[in-house]
Amino acid sequence: MSLVTHHSSLPLVIDIENITKEYVMGEEIIHALRGVTLQIRRNEYLAVMGPSGSGKSTLMNMLGCLDTPSSGRYEFNGKNVSEMDGDELATIRNREIGFVFQTFNLLPRSTSLRNVELPLIYAGIDPEEREERATQALTDVGLGDRLTHKPNELSGGQRQRVAIARALVNHPSIILADEPTGNLDSKTGEEIMALFESLYQQGNTVIVVTHEADIARHARRSVHLRDGVVESDELAPLPPPAAMAVAVESLGK
Amino acid sequence: MKRFLYELTESWKIAAAQMVANKTRSMLTALGVIIGIVAVTLMGTAINGISTGFDKSMAVIGDDVLYISQRPWTRMNDWWNYRDRKKIRTEYADKINHAIAATPNSNLMIAVPTMSLLRSVKAGDNSVDGVFILGTTTDYTLISTLDCSEGRFFNELESRGGAEVCVVGYDVADAAFAGRSALDKKVLINGHSFKVIGTLSRQGTFLGLFSLDSIVVIPLPAFKKYFSAKSEADVRVKVRDKTHMADAVDELTGIMRRLRSLPPEKKDDFSINEQQAFKSTLDAVKTTIAIAGLFITGLSLFVGAIGIMNITFVSVKERTKEIGTRKALGARRRTILLQFLIESTALCLVGGLIGLTFAYLMCFGMAAAFPSFPIRFSFGLVIASMIVSVLTGLVSGIAPAWSASRLDPVTALRYE
Ligand SMILES: Nc1ncnc2c1ncn2[C@@H]1O[C@H](COP(=O)(O)OP(=O)(O)OP(=O)(O)O)[C@@H](O)[C@H]1O
Ligand SMILES: [Mg+2]
Repeated sequence: MSLVTHHSSLPLVIDIENITKEYVMGEEIIHALRGVTLQIRRNEYLAVMGPSGSGKSTLMNMLGCLDTPSSGRYEFNGKNVSEMDGDELATIRNREIGFVFQTFNLLPRSTSLRNVELPLIYAGIDPEEREERATQALTDVGLGDRLTHKPNELSGGQRQRVAIARALVNHPSIILADEPTGNLDSKTGEEIMALFESLYQQGNTVIVVTHEADIARHARRSVHLRDGVVESDELAPLPPPAAMAVAVESLGK
Repeated sequence: MKRFLYELTESWKIAAAQMVANKTRSMLTALGVIIGIVAVTLMGTAINGISTGFDKSMAVIGDDVLYISQRPWTRMNDWWNYRDRKKIRTEYADKINHAIAATPNSNLMIAVPTMSLLRSVKAGDNSVDGVFILGTTTDYTLISTLDCSEGRFFNELESRGGAEVCVVGYDVADAAFAGRSALDKKVLINGHSFKVIGTLSRQGTFLGLFSLDSIVVIPLPAFKKYFSAKSEADVRVKVRDKTHMADAVDELTGIMRRLRSLPPEKKDDFSINEQQAFKSTLDAVKTTIAIAGLFITGLSLFVGAIGIMNITFVSVKERTKEIGTRKALGARRRTILLQFLIESTALCLVGGLIGLTFAYLMCFGMAAAFPSFPIRFSFGLVIASMIVSVLTGLVSGIAPAWSASRLDPVTALRYE
């Protein structure tokens, strides 16, 4: 297993070593992860790929401090996560991690603004600053004119943008997206990927799970999982100019 | 701290949104609490009303007077035990007054004989039925709070001579003379003519049950002459200091035993009654109302609490994915706990407020229907209801809220 490191000058955000995760289902023990070692530095753009059931989501949940490994070591920004309790993990998730889900997971009865404000409430930010920052985040993803819309008044792509604004609003160290384009048509998916691209360009650390090679092509590094182990970890060539053009074009909108 | 405050406001907003989104469901669930609060407020209002009404009525009758009667007031069920007792005679009053005068530092002030029965009173074509005819002496003014709004009470001379004069209560004057002055008019009591020399000022009702103004007071000799001389008599004795009621009762018992020449081994063959006796009967009534009210309240709140617990469990289930999302965004366990606790509490509070509104309207309606019954809708009851509602909400919300807070974020996020 080759360990690829990038921009070695930048600090490590994620450092996991020999992580395993088992699920006990009655008699059977399912090994979702069988020893994954991975290092991710600041401002990387990483795609996690692999067939269904290979452990991508399990790994993402682990990286996002939603779940704790059965064994192995996990250091997030130099802090040992495996020893943290529920509340400390909640604080890490709130301050350091921005989640983007395949199913958007917006609160259906709340406006875009209120959805994006949610992490700020849990961070204890004042109402005025909350509204200001949420408005800014929504404007950054191109939804400055959709602040008071509820999720059912938005298109799928717009919903995912709200979710991305919500992930960004607390200025997290990493953005984790598990199949963010899985529920979108390919054109809208491209637009969302372009948004991730620009977030990356602005210096964010982005980790995207996908099983579509097209989507993965946007990333600078791709990790392939198979049966709970890292099969390959490689740097991708720069995306072809065509893809860049699409990205630039959709940004202009 | 600030964070807690923001989470708290957020929870209230969610709770409100949740209720607005599920109006019917919320209302049906809150029904138990609504009924409970209506029961507890109506009960409190009734007890309050009875108490204030009682105190008011007692003040009118005078709570510093002892009544020497053949029977105790409170024992209605075994009256036959007292049937064969010797009658109380009006002459005792004078003898008691002599005894009082002979006792230094007596706890008693004055004894006044009374006899009474119900008769109809006529004036011209007007007739008033069931009037309380009271025969007494001029000393009656010393032991009661009665005073004349017009005219005067009969004097010593009229009292002893048994003059055919009378003092009429407000109701009688009003019914018989319809607003015109009753002074110097004639009224017929049981066919006998009496001249009205005074009208009593209005006393109101006793507990809203019967009027204290349907009364005609006449001199005792006249009463004996025209009505039954054998009719039951009472002697009313005013005490000097009502904080020494027990001493006064002891003293009066001694005087009465001497009057009746009872040897020490014999039991009293008379009863000394006081307002306090009413009070204990009343306390029994209040306790009964309280027990019934608390039972209904407890039962409906219990049912209500179970309903709310159930609906909160449903809410947790329905929103499992939302809980997962919130946890992913940084909600801690206590945040989620608080959110669902507040949801159940808000539901109970709204139920409580609706219940209070109903109870208030019902009291309002009752006060309009029975203006004489003193109804009190007190602020204390509002506070008590709110506290009861909040407690019900917390108790019924704790189990579902706890289970929500313990949900594993990944499992919750996977929930479809
Ligand atoms: N909560 C769970 N209980 C039991 N088994 C689980 C649980 N979560 C995941 N697994 C198992 O772990 C393995 C990895 O699951 P995971 O969701 O990580 O796959 P994935 O790579 O994300 O697949 P997909 O591309 O279909 O989303 C699967 O075999 C799955 O059945
Ligand atoms: Mg998955």
